[in-house]
Amino acid sequence: MLELLFSICIHFQEPSAQVHAFVGARILPVSGPPLENGVLVVRGARIAAIGSRDAVAVPAGALVHDATGKWLIPGLVDTHSHIGEASGADSSAPIQPDARILDSFDVRASSLQRAQAGGITTANVMPGSGHLLGGQTLYFKLKDANSVDELAIRWPDGAVAGGMKMANGTNPRGEPPFPGTRAKAAALVREKFFAAREYERKLAEAGDDASKRPARDLGMEALLEVLQGKRVVHHHTHRHDDVLTVLRLQQEFGFKVVLHHVTDAWKVAREIAAAGAPCSLILVDAPGGKLEARDLNWSSPAAVVEAGGRVSIHTDDWINDSRLFLRCAGMAVRGGLSREKALEALTLEGARQLELDARIGSLDAGKDADFVLLDGDPLSVYTTVLETWVEGVKVFDRADPRDRLWALGGYGAGNARVLHDCCGERVEEHGR
Amino acid sequence: MRTLKMLLAGALVASAATAQLAVRAQKVWTLAGAPLDNAIVLVEGGKVRAVGPAASTAIPQGWQVLEAAVVTPGLIDARTTAGLTGILNTRHDQEQLDTSSSMQPELRAIDAYDAREPLLEHLRSLGTTTVHAGHAPLALISGQTLVAKLRGTSVEQAVLVPAAMVSCTLGDGATGGKSPGTRSKAVSLLRQELVKAREWRDKRAGAEAGKAQERDLHLEALADVLDGKLPLLVCAQRAKDIDTALRLREEFGFRLVLEGAAEAYSRIEELKAANVPILLHATMARAGGELENLSMETAARLRAAGLPFAIQSGHEGYVPKVRVPLFEAAIACKQGLAFEDALRAITLDAARILGLDARIGSLEVGKDADLALWDGDPFEYATHCTATIVDGAVLFRGAK
Repeated sequence: MLELLFSICIHFQEPSAQVHAFVGARILPVSGPPLENGVLVVRGARIAAIGSRDAVAVPAGALVHDATGKWLIPGLVDTHSHIGEASGADSSAPIQPDARILDSFDVRASSLQRAQAGGITTANVMPGSGHLLGGQTLYFKLKDANSVDELAIRWPDGAVAGGMKMANGTNPRGEPPFPGTRAKAAALVREKFFAAREYERKLAEAGDDASKRPARDLGMEALLEVLQGKRVVHHHTHRHDDVLTVLRLQQEFGFKVVLHHVTDAWKVAREIAAAGAPCSLILVDAPGGKLEARDLNWSSPAAVVEAGGRVSIHTDDWINDSRLFLRCAGMAVRGGLSREKALEALTLEGARQLELDARIGSLDAGKDADFVLLDGDPLSVYTTVLETWVEGVKVFDRADPRDRLWALGGYGAGNARVLHDCCGERVEEHGR
Repeated sequence: MRTLKMLLAGALVASAATAQLAVRAQKVWTLAGAPLDNAIVLVEGGKVRAVGPAASTAIPQGWQVLEAAVVTPGLIDARTTAGLTGILNTRHDQEQLDTSSSMQPELRAIDAYDAREPLLEHLRSLGTTTVHAGHAPLALISGQTLVAKLRGTSVEQAVLVPAAMVSCTLGDGATGGKSPGTRSKAVSLLRQELVKAREWRDKRAGAEAGKAQERDLHLEALADVLDGKLPLLVCAQRAKDIDTALRLREEFGFRLVLEGAAEAYSRIEELKAANVPILLHATMARAGGELENLSMETAARLRAAGLPFAIQSGHEGYVPKVRVPLFEAAIACKQGLAFEDALRAITLDAARILGLDARIGSLEVGKDADLALWDGDPFEYATHCTATIVDGAVLFRGAK
């Protein structure tokens, strides 16, 4: 059967031109107290002003959105996701710092649309946990895009933003050259970091003399970024002793680290807090699936915060569905975390862990205009994401039948979204 | 700690028959009428002795009293593999699938179910009191299912129905091996086996009295399916596989119960005409593979069409190792299923499909005293199950 293709022109607003004012919502800026009857003014891709209605004037010419009765929160930051059908390292070696998510990311995957439907505006997409070091992660915005360049976040120097994925415990185990024990795993990682130090020393010795420099090594260059604090280690770890092993290696090599999943966090909360290592936690509906996840407890986020530690929450999509990201925070509240900390864990703390908190994570003038409109309390099961906005552009609208399909599922919800630029306009093609 | 809890659970089962317990709640969802505000449930001898408004229901002297914001019937997981599937996900605790043959209706769930499995304890801590558990929908015929209460330390103490249904799978779950490798081949093999079983059964019926036919566990189980003693529980996700299930039912006349049914919303009229009960996939099941078209609104659509259905937790191969009926119903409720209908989908409507609604699924005098106590709206994320009562015994107490 022939597949008919038809095209619909989408009118993309020129972000630099448009001013929006969202008026009347209950606004949770996360960086400050809730605003009843608040106003959020967006100019282009940034927040121009935020405050209570009597304190913030709606600029002349602004497109006014009546948000009375609605809730407005910062765009959600998912610190650990696998959407976009990306891959990192292959099976040739357990440590592959050269592999980049950037080179495998599918911006058309429907999983990105589902993330938008869940209110996610920034995500850290990572290689899997089958390697001690699985490659470079990608921080990106959930824009509707046609290429990874359009949505990748860049550091001020132009480099693509991302961290480094590492893992310990049972997932990266295997036949040689993969480690067979925990001690072997740690030894392999330490050897590699010492090799990177050696590479760094040779580079320094060579100075400006190109003839003395070691041959370029993409993996070593990426590891140097880790050792120099330019690339945060996102470390998969579950069991209490594995968590402490990460902290031990962090002490030895001084890299920046975020602990991920941390199933046993409730057992070693004080140690985690004392080390100053932030946690990116997962909350799943049942313990187990493997021995090291047997003692999963929804009290982990509360335990770490009570010990003085920092907590974000992630989907690990597709362990948890991006469309239900808010639910993950609800489960943390079930486990004893305060509602304020739970929302912060989905937004500002995630932004801090990605070192993007100057740009995203809270609703403050000058920050990116990434936000979510809801019909109620973000931590209630009965609340619906109505709209998701990224850098001043609406990327999800529950009232749009296409977006609704991605939000709820149904026939064709798994199909990719295809955008391309044609005849001076951005065009979306729908397979039918 | 776990051992101690198990010992306690065993002791409580033993004492349940004599326990006298009153539960007082701001709201009681009996599912036998409108919910009751400020009401009391009296439990004695493992059964519900009375349910009514506090004003007119006296608590006898000396009875233990539990307080709750909300009380519901104990939850029923309409279809799971927990108990055969274990928490560790290693070879020694995974009993839900044997791959030596594509059709093994003779495999009994009672020979594999572990009443001490921690996943079952987890389900009980979230209000579940009964599970329909069994072999996984990962082979053409993977084996039998059972119905068990979440009580006791052995399958003998737990089981309500030792052989409930025979698990059959159409679609990807059946065609993973070398053969059957396609849907056509799978259905051909299944039909051939049912034809063979029918002939064997007819021969058995015609055998001279006193001349016992040689035992054949495999064909006996299929004959029970053909005789309507055991429903054939057919996992079919794609619309075309649902169609196949209906076609096979037409040909062989077995009692069909559908499970999964991700694309049931596109076969509403056919399913209504056939009046087939559905154990619907978990609302939060992953929308991939042959479930790529699943919708979180399907439960609401089945309800609107008047189709009999319950919500299952299903089978999970990794993380979470088990899904939780409470959570799956909550999301179905959020996506358009009325609160009471969502609650029924994990209680009374599940009991009906399992043929146990005379005993469990609602709070009525004379029924089993299976209750779940909550400190708020059961479906809200931050609400806790504060106690789970099975046959009148408090087998879980939660801290707030």
